[in-house]
Amino acid sequence: MLQTAPHPADAAAAPRPATAPVLRLAGVSKSFPGVKALSGVSLELFAGQVTALVGENGAGKSTVVKILTGIYRPDAGGIEVAGSPVRFAAARDAAAAGITAIHQETVLFDELSVAENIFLGHAPRGRFGLIDRPAMRREAAAILARIGARIDPRMPLKDLGIASRHLVAIARALSVDARVVIMDEPTAALSQTEIEELYDLVERLKAEGRAILFISHKFDEVFRIADRYTVFRDGEHVGSGLIAEVSEDDLVRMMVGRSVDQIFPARAHRIGDEVLRVRDFCHATEFDRIGFTLRRGEVLGFYGLVGAGRSELMQAVFGITRPASGTVEVDGRPVTIRAPGDAIAAGIVYVPEDRGKQGTVAGLPIFQNVTLPSLSRTSRNGFLRLAREFALARQYAGRLDLRAAALDQDVGNLSGGNQQKVVIAKWLATKPRVIILDEPTKGIDIGSKAAVHAFMAELAAEGLAVVMVSSEIPEVLGMSDRVIVMREGLIAAELSGADLTPETLVRHAAGIGAAQGAAT
Amino acid sequence: MTDATRHIPDRLQSPAARALKSWESLLLAVAIAVFIVNSFASPYFLSAWNLSDATFNFTEKAMIAFAMAMLIIAGEIDLSVASIIALASTAMGAAAQVGAGVPVLVLIGLGTGLLCGAINGLLVTGLGLPSIVVTIGTMSLFRGISFIVLGDKAYTGYPPGFAYFGQGYVWWVISFEFALFAVLAAVYAVVLHKTSFGRAVYAIGNNPTGALFSGIRVARVKFVLFLLTGLMSGLAAVCLTSRLGSTRPSIATGWELEVVTMVVLGGVNILGGSGTIPGVVIAAFVMGLVTFGFGLLNVPGIVMSIFVGLLLIAVIALPRLWAMWRR
Amino acid sequence: MSGVLKSREALLVAVIAALLAVIASRFPSFVTPGNLARVLNDTAPLIILAVGQALVILTRCIDLSVAANLALTGMVCAMLNVAMPGLPVAAILALAMTMGACLGALNGLLVWKLSIPPIVVTLGTMTIFRGLIFVISDGTWINAHQMSPAFTGFPRTVILGLPVLAWIALAVAALFLLVVARAPLGRAFYAVGGNPHAAVYAGLNVGRTQFWAFVISGTLAGLTGYLWVARYSIAYVDIAGGFELEVVAACVIGGISIAGGAGTVLGAVLGALFLGIVKNALPVVGISPFWQLAISGSAIVIAVAFNARARRAKGRIILRRAEAAP
Repeated sequence: MLQTAPHPADAAAAPRPATAPVLRLAGVSKSFPGVKALSGVSLELFAGQVTALVGENGAGKSTVVKILTGIYRPDAGGIEVAGSPVRFAAARDAAAAGITAIHQETVLFDELSVAENIFLGHAPRGRFGLIDRPAMRREAAAILARIGARIDPRMPLKDLGIASRHLVAIARALSVDARVVIMDEPTAALSQTEIEELYDLVERLKAEGRAILFISHKFDEVFRIADRYTVFRDGEHVGSGLIAEVSEDDLVRMMVGRSVDQIFPARAHRIGDEVLRVRDFCHATEFDRIGFTLRRGEVLGFYGLVGAGRSELMQAVFGITRPASGTVEVDGRPVTIRAPGDAIAAGIVYVPEDRGKQGTVAGLPIFQNVTLPSLSRTSRNGFLRLAREFALARQYAGRLDLRAAALDQDVGNLSGGNQQKVVIAKWLATKPRVIILDEPTKGIDIGSKAAVHAFMAELAAEGLAVVMVSSEIPEVLGMSDRVIVMREGLIAAELSGADLTPETLVRHAAGIGAAQGAAT
Repeated sequence: MTDATRHIPDRLQSPAARALKSWESLLLAVAIAVFIVNSFASPYFLSAWNLSDATFNFTEKAMIAFAMAMLIIAGEIDLSVASIIALASTAMGAAAQVGAGVPVLVLIGLGTGLLCGAINGLLVTGLGLPSIVVTIGTMSLFRGISFIVLGDKAYTGYPPGFAYFGQGYVWWVISFEFALFAVLAAVYAVVLHKTSFGRAVYAIGNNPTGALFSGIRVARVKFVLFLLTGLMSGLAAVCLTSRLGSTRPSIATGWELEVVTMVVLGGVNILGGSGTIPGVVIAAFVMGLVTFGFGLLNVPGIVMSIFVGLLLIAVIALPRLWAMWRR
Repeated sequence: MSGVLKSREALLVAVIAALLAVIASRFPSFVTPGNLARVLNDTAPLIILAVGQALVILTRCIDLSVAANLALTGMVCAMLNVAMPGLPVAAILALAMTMGACLGALNGLLVWKLSIPPIVVTLGTMTIFRGLIFVISDGTWINAHQMSPAFTGFPRTVILGLPVLAWIALAVAALFLLVVARAPLGRAFYAVGGNPHAAVYAGLNVGRTQFWAFVISGTLAGLTGYLWVARYSIAYVDIAGGFELEVVAACVIGGISIAGGAGTVLGAVLGALFLGIVKNALPVVGISPFWQLAISGSAIVIAVAFNARARRAKGRIILRRAEAAP
């Protein structure tokens, strides 16, 4: 029904101009325990146009995607498709209304074939309601051909690499005759050629008259392919319009609410003796021949594309995984790290990227999270001493300016920024020599972000050695004394001083310079 | 930063206020109600010796339940406990046949339990296998070995002194088993609630990855918990064998279910992360009193198992139904 | 193509063939067609239940109540036959399957609507069902002479050299091989168990899919309830006691991952056949049947260790040479 011409009565009741939005979101709010993800946002998508939704991590972009695809139900506000209000009770309803999405994390099934992954939930049916497998394979092959993917639809998905999986995800999104296609950071894990292919695909979808929501925080691509923009900040709508009428600086100002160069704290660069030396770290599949040093008071940035092996490397240094070879020296003495406990004892601590899964222990109160790695100090002969635990937690909660109702509150009920403060407090309480922060400001609000940056600067000034893994160029540039760029598990470059520019970072991370060198 | 720092209180509620609203206090009310109902339902209930007899309904299972509670809080489960009893009892029986003395028998019972626990623990933590399937497997394996050894025969003829563990009294109506139960309850409560080991158990149950990333040796803690559960099953085997005076391979059949029910009834989250030893202690009393009450009313054992099954589901279902109804 | 050779199914076929060959070398009478038909017939209940259990485990659940469901439904069928000897077998079959479905639906609803962990639900219903048998039968046995010849004769009727019981097992296996491969619900079992998070994005209702797995498992348990009671001509509280463990064993041996989403119905059938052959071969080879429990227990442990080794989390492949290597 949705693919046919507008209903006569519909058209008569509301004669709309040709530019009427295909999809309209108005006054939509959504809260989760501890966070207000969206408050009264609006969004309009038009046929044959690409609308870029920009905003920092935690601005509410992913929540909007989940509302549009029927995964979340909004607390308030409404969705209109082609002028008529709709309610999505489940993902099925959104698909039926012609909305499809290529998700940030690929949501696919290892044990099913490529064709089944593409058509799960809406496979062509034959007799007795059974799946018509020849038809399904044929149609899957046709869609894969359309997006230029050379993948056999009969292959089990588990045999495919990351890039091919991504193409399957795109094919899945296009397997329904969608009027709205949502692309949630589709280029995050792609190489430069794959990104170009994706742009071509977007152009084709535009030409077919589909409305595209393109979510990204890479400005170059927004200005390259979008027709319109909408900016979210901290769950609120701050502006929208035509890309042609806006400059990059305007967008940045809208995104962060101030200009970029003001965000980062001034740093005192007092760099001392070498604290950490990692030599020749190798792993069978994740990284190879990694070596670096770190000095007191230094902030060493690790930049790279998502999936470049930075987190994997840091987790090996911290003792979560075992490298195939390589040594770690602290203050010039080799240390054996077989488990995180060994790393902590050696003074190396790790603030993980995945706060919910790896950083905090939701279900335990704040003070118990803070003292978890320090229990040997707060307890006597294995017996807990609550007074000491509270004292330790109070000390670091104060230092980090934690906002919470009480120290025995479940850490899972805190906002992302305050959870991150608990994780940092937990590690500072162990009095470390080296702190590794993995995407320390991912998914937290602007205020907490600035606080985390200020605190990092303070720690460095106190003589702590800091490793910061980050995919945000402004953060890397604003905070680091020195930057190591990783690409595909290898160190691509080590940059400092005048070499440290957005262009050099991107080039080394994407391998553009190297690719040219190899070609000529 | 120093002046601007807002003060965060340590606690929102006093521990006492929190305890009053807990599952444990609700359960305690139920226990008292069951006690009152029973004393009206049967004139034989309120006798010191009858009540003392009633404790045998739960003491052996509760010993295992304490260790099982910690294991479940840590996010694992051991369904092989009843089979460990069978194997430990068989091992003791075989030793008694060749004339082993009482101390040797006890050591064999406990040692068999430890060994079985170590096997479970190694399979789960060493090989990273899911504990449900592993212990369903060892449940068949351990009892299967008893069947291989005993077939349809039974071991009797334990040395005279061995009867003390299941039939002896420490003082007046206080049986050895009940005294052991009380001591173990105290020990487990201290270990779980007052030590850093207990804290690690909670951390692992709430988020094993987060615990690992906080420097806790997750595999080691879990292994120790499997050892403890095996040891407690061995201890229960000593008591039960001593009480019955004989060993058949079908001994303690279905106990794994009653132990798990006791733990869940005690307020332990079957998915791990929360629960207390006092809750399990009260749950043991509730189940023991109800079983005893039914027994006085001549209700057959298998009908009581309906009650146990209903209880197991209702304990989890009712709070969820209540939450759904309030929304 | 090399995947087929490496698969669990091919491995099981090889193991079964080797097992039969070893037994045949000493006891050739074991592999005569007549005896193999007897073994198949004897394994039929395990095959039927393993098919249902396989679907449940595929969706990341477990059904420990199947044997109790079987016994309760079997008892109801037997009592009905005593009360109304004239009731046709077709009606009893329909009733057995309906009742089994209802008991399975009870499990499914508790898992779906109240999100109670399946192991707790089915441990609970397992004891409740067993207790109910005692309540309705008052602990008595129903024996062969109380049952009608038509009632007990049906599963034993031989068609084309195989008893009806064995034919039913083969039909159930064939039907669900088709359902899992071709029906949307069958694919949903894999999706829901393999990646429940993503299944929601694909528009599947995880709880409802699990519910249907429990209903199917219950229906098959009910069907087996009648067949079991009729074949052995006896019904009492403890029939098929502990059989649920053998059913889970068959699935685990057949390569169904307890973590959900991986394994095949064919694997579960082969797992059941493996256990059935071992069980029937023990007395022939002169080993006490008391060994059976320990053997199936060891088989579970070995199989689950093997399953885990086969799909050991192979971390992210980042290095180009590592991606090119396999």
